[in-house]
Amino acid sequence: MRNLFAFIAGGLFGGGLFISGMTDTTKVQGWLDVFGNWDPTLAFVMGGAMIPMAIAWLITRRRSSAVLGTTFPPAPSTEIDRKLVIGSVMFGMGWGLAGLCPGPSIAALSYGGTGLYVFVAAMLTGMVFAPFFRTKLDRVVPAE
Amino acid sequence: MEQDWIWGLIGGLLIGTGGAVYLLFNGRIMGASGIIGGLVDGSGHSTKWERLLFLLGVAVLPIILMPFYREVNTHVTDNMIVLVAAGLLVGIGTRIANGCTSGHGVCGMSRLSVRGLVATICYILAGGVGVIIFRHLLGVI
Repeated sequence: MRNLFAFIAGGLFGGGLFISGMTDTTKVQGWLDVFGNWDPTLAFVMGGAMIPMAIAWLITRRRSSAVLGTTFPPAPSTEIDRKLVIGSVMFGMGWGLAGLCPGPSIAALSYGGTGLYVFVAAMLTGMVFAPFFRTKLDRVVPAE
Repeated sequence: MEQDWIWGLIGGLLIGTGGAVYLLFNGRIMGASGIIGGLVDGSGHSTKWERLLFLLGVAVLPIILMPFYREVNTHVTDNMIVLVAAGLLVGIGTRIANGCTSGHGVCGMSRLSVRGLVATICYILAGGVGVIIFRHLLGVI
């Protein structure tokens, strides 16, 4: 049952990415490019997505567990560490370079062509090596 | 195109509904990088099948919707060096930061998570600076 709802959720996500135009790299880069021909679409996608999501978070407060029995995610950590900042800056650079982030790269698998496969292969490779960088960042403790 | 923002809003509502379903039914946060990353390194709580079927849904729905569109183009660059560099940065970065646009952005900020907000500010700024450097200064994208 959880597999079925994972498929439904994924379908809504993929369909939404497709309809919103977020698998078109020019729209993503157009939004990031404030000095070029600025494209506001991404802000509407983000804003639109946060409405049902915020309602869902409110509903979780009134329930003890998810409909299919699993527990809800714990309250978010408030720790701002260098992994969060360095990782997000790296991600943003790659996002701006190619106009692709993980969700849309999967949604566009059927029509993205060779370039998209190269990106996805590189992304998966990066994910394989990420634990190595993570432990490195953990090990470097700032001097007291 | 003038109606792009309307499709953006409709698409966004669908994305958020997907996230709401994944949270309320499966009890999971819908973060694309985490769902993919867990398949790669075995981390996280979701089962392998939960992840695979989620990703199958993401990939399949555009195929179903495609016949209703005249033109579908990702405009992915054909510069292989840019694609490899971008892919590596996205792969490593999202896993170090534990989230991407869907996890930190959509799911994190909608629950007023400070980490989600900080991550989103960082990747948007880095993306904007990246476009300035690589498009306007170097002209590679």
